[in-house]
Amino acid sequence: MNEPLRLELRTSPHVVKDNSVERIMFHVVLALLPIAAFSVWQYGLSALALLVTVTGTCLLTERLFNRLGGTASTLSDWSATITGLLLALTLPPAFPLWMGAVAGFTAIALGKALFGGIGFNVLNPALVGRAFVQAAFPVAITTWIPAFSAQRFSEFAPTTFTLPFMTPPDIGDWARAAVDGFTGATPLARWKFENVLAAPGDFLSGAVTASAGETSAILILLCGLYLAVRRFLDWRIPVAVLGSAALTAWVFQMIDPARYPDPLFVLLSGGLMIGAVFMATDMATSPVTPKGVWLYGALIGVVTVMIRYFGGLTEGVMYAILIGNALAPLIDQVTQPRVFGAAKGKKA
Amino acid sequence: MIPGQKQLTNMEELLEGIWKQNPVFVMVLGMCPVLAVSVSAMNAISMGLATTFVLVGSTLLVSLLRSVIPKEVRIATYIVIIATFVTVVDYLIQAISLAVYDALGAFIQLIVVNCIILGRAEAHASKNPPLRSVLNALGMGAGFTLGLFALGAVREILGAGKLFGVALFGPDFQPWVVMVLPPGGFFVLGSWLLLFNWLNSRKTDAAQAKPVEGHAHV
Repeated sequence: MNEPLRLELRTSPHVVKDNSVERIMFHVVLALLPIAAFSVWQYGLSALALLVTVTGTCLLTERLFNRLGGTASTLSDWSATITGLLLALTLPPAFPLWMGAVAGFTAIALGKALFGGIGFNVLNPALVGRAFVQAAFPVAITTWIPAFSAQRFSEFAPTTFTLPFMTPPDIGDWARAAVDGFTGATPLARWKFENVLAAPGDFLSGAVTASAGETSAILILLCGLYLAVRRFLDWRIPVAVLGSAALTAWVFQMIDPARYPDPLFVLLSGGLMIGAVFMATDMATSPVTPKGVWLYGALIGVVTVMIRYFGGLTEGVMYAILIGNALAPLIDQVTQPRVFGAAKGKKA
Repeated sequence: MIPGQKQLTNMEELLEGIWKQNPVFVMVLGMCPVLAVSVSAMNAISMGLATTFVLVGSTLLVSLLRSVIPKEVRIATYIVIIATFVTVVDYLIQAISLAVYDALGAFIQLIVVNCIILGRAEAHASKNPPLRSVLNALGMGAGFTLGLFALGAVREILGAGKLFGVALFGPDFQPWVVMVLPPGGFFVLGSWLLLFNWLNSRKTDAAQAKPVEGHAHV
């Protein structure tokens, strides 16, 4: 009790909390789990099989390249798990498993391992994998199944177990038998080609045709909020992406309300939400300067809306983020903050 | 020959282009036709053979005329010689198969500017006797054809499920559309380069791991 008061003097750093790559990545995985669970609840066994296959392939590929490169295993840093989960969540739930495996392999091999592994990749690996299968299998990646069909927990979609290298069967009859009046088109496609707008309520309840993990807007925002509050992602990026997309959509709607949908539809439809929260925020592929982050997010939002409105594809988030990733180093360069005390207009 | 450089035997001269100095996988020359016409194995082989013909013909002529061609206008002279053979091969393919001619399109005429051919004329044929030049050109042509075939086969198998037009997997095969598109060419070329470099680096690693004996080579 009568010990003299000790004053401990220490040098910086004073923050000793262990904020490692593993820890951040682990929390991102945690944040992705509710979204994955929701997609399984929505689409049943097929979505579950796809999640397991794609994530498994990503992990195996990561291990394979660890082996080939003679480096220590990087499986435990969770980054390959995130890539796998994200990739599976952006694919249609009835995507043939062998194509899912191709996507998973491409994502890790081409998108990450060839650049030198975690932290060295230029583009988001999950989106590299998706872009590859989008270009390779354009029909399969736009074949959708209805959400909340009655048999979703008792049977797989007929396309799920397509033999490797074989064309998946047509699932039109199966899907129409499962859910009455199923059109097989996403809300974005219906808006683009039939000018039919889906009700915002359908997006919130998940009763729309979409990729496995992109329907639950509220859930994605909540999970994103958790990560943002714990500082595991930069909140400016999703805010910039969603804000600029909404603003662009609003401007277009002001110009021609009959032709362009309202900003809310643009925000809720397609993969914009999951792209903005989980993919654009990838630390290795987004800018680091404060101004650059805003610029990067705004660019992604605007390009997304432009592709949706004027491009041949119905969805543009993937390419918008890839373009943003590619420009990130350039954005960093032009938005370098002035060194404190340095003269204006002079290079440090 | 440059004094001090080891004289290659005729056999080594021939094999040089097939493996050690493979124009596609090692020198990475002439990428334009490699990427553009390697959509199918048949196109790839036709292109390879056409290029080999031009390569052998022009190196022979350049080698024969090497003491006559003035140094100042040698590049122009080489191009005229190469263009002559390209014209020959252009009409030849048209006569043999119009389908192949249409498939290869402008890339037949573009053999004129293929840097492998000009490179061989400048770097090899202008300094070596005809026999050696022709052997080297044959090897280079074979290596180029091999490289084109390696790309064309993979792209045709994945992109169409066929090899030389013969279906391999039956009617249900799912074509990988990307493989017949330009990105597919880059992906496959990159994968082959990766494989080659990986094999080579393994070889050098293995060589370095061995204890060094005698004098060191520079």
